[in-house]
Amino acid sequence: MADRRLEAPGRFTGFSPLNFALLVALGAVVLASMGKVAPSPQQLVDGVPGMVNLVGRMLPPNTEPAFLARIGLRILETFQIALVGAAIGILLSLPIAWCAARGVSPLGRGNVVVKAFISFLRTVPDLVWALIFVASIGLGAVAGTMTIVVDTIGFCGRFFAEAMEDAEKEPQEALSAIGAGRGSILVGAILPDIMPSLINSSLFALEKAVRSSVVLGLVGAGGIGQELKVAFDLFQYRNASMIILAIFAIVLLMELCTDKLRARIQ
Amino acid sequence: MLDLVTDRPSAAAQALARTGPLISARGLCKSYDRRRMILDGVDLEIAAGERVALIGSNGSGKSTLLKSLIGLHPISSGTLQCFGDPVDARGSRKQRLAMRRQTGFVFQKHCLVRRRTVLSNVIHGLFGDAGSWRAFSHALAPPDWRDRAMQALAEVDLADKALERADALSGGQQQRVAIARALVRRPRLLIADEPAASLDPVSGRNVMELFTQLCRDHGITLLYTSHDMAHAVDYADRIVALKGGKVLFDRPAAQVTRGDLKDTFDG
Repeated sequence: MADRRLEAPGRFTGFSPLNFALLVALGAVVLASMGKVAPSPQQLVDGVPGMVNLVGRMLPPNTEPAFLARIGLRILETFQIALVGAAIGILLSLPIAWCAARGVSPLGRGNVVVKAFISFLRTVPDLVWALIFVASIGLGAVAGTMTIVVDTIGFCGRFFAEAMEDAEKEPQEALSAIGAGRGSILVGAILPDIMPSLINSSLFALEKAVRSSVVLGLVGAGGIGQELKVAFDLFQYRNASMIILAIFAIVLLMELCTDKLRARIQ
Repeated sequence: MLDLVTDRPSAAAQALARTGPLISARGLCKSYDRRRMILDGVDLEIAAGERVALIGSNGSGKSTLLKSLIGLHPISSGTLQCFGDPVDARGSRKQRLAMRRQTGFVFQKHCLVRRRTVLSNVIHGLFGDAGSWRAFSHALAPPDWRDRAMQALAEVDLADKALERADALSGGQQQRVAIARALVRRPRLLIADEPAASLDPVSGRNVMELFTQLCRDHGITLLYTSHDMAHAVDYADRIVALKGGKVLFDRPAAQVTRGDLKDTFDG
């Protein structure tokens, strides 16, 4: 008779009937939702001529010098919005993340309030923040910059706080043992330890800021997005295609630069 | 001060009578979970200038006692005074910080900030002084702090490594940097938690000799734990043995017998 102790265990021992029921329910929700909002094959086929027609009207992209000079200025403004917004956001994120980080925060257990605040900033989409700032500050680049600041705090605040929580504990204890206060421990032990992570997150935030800033103009918050909206509203599709190419170039350039910087940090 | 160190227990006892103990613990208890006592009624007095070794097997409460003495681990009950100020529940956070600023602490794993230079790590020892944010980096530190840190590094024979990253050094060198960090402020008390445990025998002995020599030169009171009996007997004036969170014996190093050591580590 075979030794039962040597038998292989069942294949799905960690998969309870409840888990199976939940998986089936999730599948049902996805299928039901697809029936409502996913494109049908017929709709996809019907859309092809319209897409071909639109692409045809977009080509060739408008390369008139006066137009290129105008969108050049808008691209510069977009980059300025992203850069200034991300820089201010990253700087503000540091003290906010410190207050939010568990076990490190000078607020003790009050850190959950700051964490909730960061979650709130992150949960509201950037276009909604842009609408709020356009309504309160007015149309233009300043509203865009404010949007990027808030969006960056939501992003970096979370990652900075997590990095601070995961920082090596021994050097912190060593500084605490010789009478260093919380601020000293932050600058002496935590920040040096998490610097690569901070720089990495900041570069991602900058990339994200550039991508966000190109669409903020759609709701009047300055930058190249404003030109894109005007081009589509006035059926100037050749202008629109040139703007899309310019946006692609700036985002690609930013990603190349941040990738290179990240590689150097690693 | 030098006399206090070189003259053995009698001088320490005289110092105790004259100035009061540097550390005074009475009925010290510590429990992390309110069920198991890690320290169970520990009494300990240390006079200025003494060198005291704390011995005991793993889990006997040595490290907990060291960290409790400087308020890193709050005690559960008992009374504790350092430099005449309470470090127990009666003491304020300000008093605890002030006490720690007169204390150097060396950990078993040196606990350096590995991405910073050796010099910056030593200057970190001045955190807690006025304007201590400038201890963030040697580049920001005032000139006299840099001079003191370089002097401390010279004392541990590592002045030539000042600008190397801490994690580029060997284990023994890193421990010497940790000693320099602990001594840069010229503390009244130096506490070391198994300072030689992570080192090979030769490096361990070198570190212990360096420790005791520097403490002797600067009149610093030394309290350290060790698993190595040779380190306890050779470098301490007095040996305190802990077993199950209680003091098993507390007597001059010269009077400790093989039987005492057997009792400490058996069972």
